[in-house]
Amino acid sequence: MIDQLSVFLENQPGRLAHLCRALGDARVNMRALMVADTQEFGVVRIICDRPQTAREVLEAAGFGVSVADVIAVETPDRPGGLADVLEALGESGVNVEYAYCFLEPGEGGSAVDVLKVDDARAQEVLEAAGYRVLGPAELYEPDRA
Amino acid sequence: MHQPELETMPVEQLRELQLERLNGLLGRVYGRVPLYRRKFDEAGVRPHVTSLADLAELPFTVKDDMRASYPYGMFAVDRRQIVRAHASSGTTGQITVVGYTRNDISNWADMMARTLASAGATADDVVQVGYGYGLFTGGLGAHYGSERLGCLTIPISGGNTRRQVQVLKDFEVTVLACTPSYSLLIAETAEEMGIDIRSLPLRLGVFGAEPWSENMRAQIEQRLAIRAIDIYGLSEVLGPGVAAECSEQHGMHVNEDHFLIEILDTETLRPVPDGEYGEVVFTTITKEGIPVVRYRTRDISRIIPGDCACGRTFRRMERITGRTDDMLIIRGVNVFPTQIEQVLAGIPGVAPHYQVILGKHGSMDTVEVHVEVSPDLAFDEIRELEELHRTVRAEIAAALAVSIDVRLVEPRSIERSEGKARRVIDLRSEQEGA
Repeated sequence: MIDQLSVFLENQPGRLAHLCRALGDARVNMRALMVADTQEFGVVRIICDRPQTAREVLEAAGFGVSVADVIAVETPDRPGGLADVLEALGESGVNVEYAYCFLEPGEGGSAVDVLKVDDARAQEVLEAAGYRVLGPAELYEPDRA
Repeated sequence: MHQPELETMPVEQLRELQLERLNGLLGRVYGRVPLYRRKFDEAGVRPHVTSLADLAELPFTVKDDMRASYPYGMFAVDRRQIVRAHASSGTTGQITVVGYTRNDISNWADMMARTLASAGATADDVVQVGYGYGLFTGGLGAHYGSERLGCLTIPISGGNTRRQVQVLKDFEVTVLACTPSYSLLIAETAEEMGIDIRSLPLRLGVFGAEPWSENMRAQIEQRLAIRAIDIYGLSEVLGPGVAAECSEQHGMHVNEDHFLIEILDTETLRPVPDGEYGEVVFTTITKEGIPVVRYRTRDISRIIPGDCACGRTFRRMERITGRTDDMLIIRGVNVFPTQIEQVLAGIPGVAPHYQVILGKHGSMDTVEVHVEVSPDLAFDEIRELEELHRTVRAEIAAALAVSIDVRLVEPRSIERSEGKARRVIDLRSEQEGA
């Protein structure tokens, strides 16, 4: 499981920019960002190199922030790659709340799929199906507490 | 109890004292204040009554009378005898000025000392006065009462919230006097500063100057680990100290040896029986500087019938439900902002910070309540936020019998007040024709 920041944002011009600037000024580097929105508000989900620092920075800037546990699984970068991963979970009855992907930078970087599941078996199922589930150390520096 | 012989005076004796003082007042204002002479003459009433019930036949005083007589037109003594002036916050139009003689200041100090004592304070306490000092009556009113009771009194005034927290901690403050909404800002600020406000010696809050709800009290008491006491006053009548809760926390004892309280039907303006709601009206029977006869406060409350376990014989008024001029009429339904607060304080996931935004869409009035999500909420799933949104909407609709649009806004995005919280924002004239 890895730490993902979830930030509550009103739908207002400049709010997302303000959030990103606050992280930028604190030298936090984002790996992935996903916005889920309704008409009036949104939730911004972020994977970054220093989640604990990022949380403190955003809270100090007045944002409502929570940290969610999500699964990051290495996914073959080819057509149908993600479908295979999700089928493995579906066949075992594991429900996915939401998912999004990012590419590992650099040569030979693979696709990483971020999954929010509400089922303790998810990691086991993925590993049994031969996928590599990434730990915190592989994605970011686990900040000193 | 600060003045037990007065505060527990047998009721019959109290009514006799009130009648005697009322007639003294009527003679004074008729003789010395042209406005009252004119009002009494126009109404065809004499400045003398034979029973307290006759009060209902006397003319009212309203805020506009005080505005029209700005600044000194309603003083009932020579200006040389006035030692202090205050003015009310003029949120709409002309400010109003009130003047106090030496006796008025002394009576006020006693009434505010009664207030603090009935909240549970003693000369051993350290009182931080976070009400504004200045033209507003809150700061100096609480200050004189606190000194009269013998408390160590800290005149910090309103504002500079981080310093408020530092002083609360360093001075080992035990009693905090400020507006209820400001106490929550102080608690939030303490948290930001990494100070556990619950572990401080603070044990009592004496809160007034704005309407608040029972749920908000529960929240304040829990967050600050204190007992929160509701107090009532207004500058036109005195300032803080007109009425205050005792440790029973069930209604505010009105200082009836100084004030007559009436509750009037908001339409007929005739007195209603104890227990029924209506507009609160005061007559100041001991004030010298600027006494008022039947001053219409616009506040809505009721008398709580029955005796109080604390032994005081002064009748109790319930916490203010709202003001006749705060009252919103939404699709024909009367709504007070405090009702919305009451609902919000009972829903986990939202903070008790809200604003009611009145707007206009074409010729239609629109109403939207902005509600802060609590900073402790897990924000991850849209589904949960939407469910929270639905809950807030449904609970407001159930409590108010009218449905109102709700917008969830970011934590701490609603302006915090260091004095009276601004709960209603009226944009209708700006959006006219939009």
